[in-house]
Amino acid sequence: MAAEGIAYYDAAVIGAGVAGAMTARELSRYDLKICILEKENDVAMGASRANSAIVHAGFDAKEGTLKAKLNVKGSEMMSRVAQELGVKYKNNGSLVIAFDEKERSMIEKLLIRGNNNGVRGLRIVEREELRRIEPNISEKAICALYAPTGAIICPYELTAAAVGNAMDNGAELLRNFEVTGIEKKDDVFEISSGSKKISARIVINAAGLYADKIAAMVGDTSFSIHPRRGEYILLDKECGAAAVHTVFRTPTEKGKGILVTPTVDGNLLTGPTSVDMTDKEDKSTTDDGLARVKRETSESIPSIPFAKTITSFCGLRAVGSTGDFIITSPVRGFINAAGIESPGLSASPAIAEFIRNMLLEQGFSLKLRKDYNPVRPPMHGFACADTEEKNRIIKENPAFGRIVCRCERVTEGEILEAIRRNPGARDVDGVKRRTRSGMGRCQGGFCSPRIMEILADELKLPFEAVTKSGGASLMCVGKTKEGR
Amino acid sequence: MELVIIGGGPAGMSAAVAAYESGVRDMMIIERDEALGGILRQCIHNGFGLHRFGEELTGPEYAWKYEKQVKELGIPFKLNTTVLDITPDKTITAVNPEDGVFTIKAKAVILAMGCRERPRGALNIAGTRPAGIYSAGTAQKLVNMKGFMPGRSVVILGSGDIGLIMARRMTLEGAEVKAVCELMPYSGGLARNIEQCLNDFKIPLRLSHTVVRVFGKERLTGVSVARVDENRRPVPGTEEYIPCDTLLLSVGLIPENELSKSAGIALSGVTGGPEVNQDRQTTVPGIFACGNVLHVHDLVDFVSEEAETAGKKAAEYIIGIRKKNADVTLKTDGRIRYTVPQRITEKSDVNVYFRVGDVFRGACINVYSGGRLIASRKKARVAPGEMEVIKIKKELIPDSGELYFELEAKK
Amino acid sequence: MVRELTCIICPMGCGISVTSENGKITGISGNTCPRGEAYAREECTNPVRTVTTTVLSTDGRPVPVKTEHPIPKSKVLDCMKQLDSVRVKLPVKIGDCICEDVFGSRIISSANCG
Repeated sequence: MAAEGIAYYDAAVIGAGVAGAMTARELSRYDLKICILEKENDVAMGASRANSAIVHAGFDAKEGTLKAKLNVKGSEMMSRVAQELGVKYKNNGSLVIAFDEKERSMIEKLLIRGNNNGVRGLRIVEREELRRIEPNISEKAICALYAPTGAIICPYELTAAAVGNAMDNGAELLRNFEVTGIEKKDDVFEISSGSKKISARIVINAAGLYADKIAAMVGDTSFSIHPRRGEYILLDKECGAAAVHTVFRTPTEKGKGILVTPTVDGNLLTGPTSVDMTDKEDKSTTDDGLARVKRETSESIPSIPFAKTITSFCGLRAVGSTGDFIITSPVRGFINAAGIESPGLSASPAIAEFIRNMLLEQGFSLKLRKDYNPVRPPMHGFACADTEEKNRIIKENPAFGRIVCRCERVTEGEILEAIRRNPGARDVDGVKRRTRSGMGRCQGGFCSPRIMEILADELKLPFEAVTKSGGASLMCVGKTKEGR
Repeated sequence: MELVIIGGGPAGMSAAVAAYESGVRDMMIIERDEALGGILRQCIHNGFGLHRFGEELTGPEYAWKYEKQVKELGIPFKLNTTVLDITPDKTITAVNPEDGVFTIKAKAVILAMGCRERPRGALNIAGTRPAGIYSAGTAQKLVNMKGFMPGRSVVILGSGDIGLIMARRMTLEGAEVKAVCELMPYSGGLARNIEQCLNDFKIPLRLSHTVVRVFGKERLTGVSVARVDENRRPVPGTEEYIPCDTLLLSVGLIPENELSKSAGIALSGVTGGPEVNQDRQTTVPGIFACGNVLHVHDLVDFVSEEAETAGKKAAEYIIGIRKKNADVTLKTDGRIRYTVPQRITEKSDVNVYFRVGDVFRGACINVYSGGRLIASRKKARVAPGEMEVIKIKKELIPDSGELYFELEAKK
Repeated sequence: MVRELTCIICPMGCGISVTSENGKITGISGNTCPRGEAYAREECTNPVRTVTTTVLSTDGRPVPVKTEHPIPKSKVLDCMKQLDSVRVKLPVKIGDCICEDVFGSRIISSANCG
């Protein structure tokens, strides 16, 4: 058993990205004491906050791989999971467009692969139908692979909701807990973060870019992870209708190619580039990358109004050295969920199940909890309510009648909820990801001072201690009249 | 209700007072903030009101002149109230903590929602996304209304007036402003502000420069600035790293017209605001617009003047006055970017406001009607940062057709 | 000697040339109004500025204030320093005196607060 004075858990999930979050949620169905260890100040701080926000149909990955298997399965599970977690999900279908006969033969191969992988409803649509179902598509596109099961989802909303649901079912989230060492003592792992220490019987390594480092702590050096930069440009909601489906270019060796897609919130998202990197922390965008996104997506849909850009951002995908997802167990009780690059978001519910099954196979007894509740009421409940319902809520809590973020129409009530509700927002970006405040046209210009005030009040922090995203990302450096 | 005014800033208050003075009583100002005054509340610097009141006022002082009148006249206003929707038949849906979501059917509406700042995202500056990047107006709010410093060593991108004002403000509060970079070869702000906000404190203004990269993981650690060529493209090899903890953006203002769109109002592609006639009436009868929601002004004095027109004309609309004896479209040559109004529907003396797209010296503004020169005005220098005006006499306004505005000048 | 100034009296921002010989002003041109001439004269002999800033209230809120009259330009930052330690009790009204004499001017409130 664990040493005295160290908090003991049945299971510790390292990393609150989508893979860790979904796994924690899956494990929270059972009678286990769970903690989620996150090195940042919030959940979904790695690739899970900056990706294409796509539920892939599953025709990309090579037959027989974990990627193929778990993508198709995850994609099938996603609409139910999204519904349980109150997360926006839209089955808008996807298209891979071909510009010439060579690309046509590529998408024909994808069609066969997709069929082999078990993707339902795939077919090639010819020019005329393509134009009809995707009106703004380039005239040069000759045909496309249509995947009716393709969908869109908000990845950080899904991640936060999964962590929140796990927490509502008893899991704990330990933030700013960067795992610096793991020591196996009998059948228990002691996990430390500097001077902080916890112990757990089961460890899930979902540490994203750093999963190789974590695995090495238990002696597993069988794989490595490198970052692959993906740059995106997000456009105003005014432009969301420019694409109906998720429109991919024909894939190359480097990945699925640059896409154009509406988002569940009605924006238009374009990207990503795909550049292999060495620095796991360099999330900067580049002039070249952004120019490439504009150029290549404009080839698919020529009318994209980039003048209506809301923001650009960069995600670092955790690319494993094996080419496939690395879901392995080097030591009993320690499971890697590593190299969860695309289609990791799509596969995440299936990854969670897969890991649970591995634990069963290793002889861990998982007893279903009687009081497990898979449902988490949506964050956007107020926004979607009708007027009568809104007025009932406002009467009960007038904060819902006060709009703080005018661009996205986010109320003070929703901001308070984002801070109070599992996993509570602790910084300005955290509020933004949960409520969309500051995600609109003015990018927080009007609302951020008020959000900082609310955060300070709720978290009992001095105003100047409020951060953008934890750590040293202070929004203000001090009071006026003091810096001279 | 007869009249609803959306926005309780300088435009909204001034329009309300004018409408009241023209006899409207059944009216209301809807303001989303906790007090009347709009953006002037945070503009604590002086320079307001010289045209209007012949004295130099601060923003709050200027706003108070109108707020006092609104209160003395007993014009009703609702604070903390956000308008969610306006329909073409002028049904307004709004929300606040006390009344919840409610609707008002109005005979006439005056739009006075102001404008917002262009954010970083729209610029697509490469690099990281650390804390410490603010629009100048957000920084102004933090410093002047919350009492907090967004940073201590500052680079400002854009030399619009808010940027210049904030350069001085941050300096006064002990910060070091290292440079103001301006993409264009001229400043977008008023000459007096270059003088008293930058030159007084020896803050360098770097024209034809822009920020090309942002550095810093958690908090901003520096920016890279570069010279731009005549096409406003950064010149490779001219990059210079400037360490700083704050980047303020003053890169333009955009009229806030989400509600105008929901009302079905035609917007100008140039101003970003509604297209209006001389009464500041939009393309939807009974909906008027004034202030920065219509087009971005350089001086609040002109906002008040414009709002008075809107208020007065809305009052006339309410009692059923419909004067229409002309149908004239105002066109410009491109050097003049736009005019407000864009249409003239009544033969009355009309002050036409406009902005130019570049700096011109020895300028002459000519107005033609059917090829005939009907008005002309000389100006030693015109610049995009400054709004200009030319008066068209009523007897020179044709029944229909176009008025063509042309700028003759050396560049 | 010719000194080029930008007038800050009004938003016109006229460019004014001030010619002087041995420290005596011999000519002023470019201004479009008499206030411009007065400004130019003063700017070359005893430049002054109105300071607009905030002071903190006793509960830490910023209160907008200004110098009632312009003060010597060279004293602007010293004026700021003096105001750092001022704490005013709310409420205040526009025009209320905050400090009696800072480099020759009263400091008055420029907003209604509290």
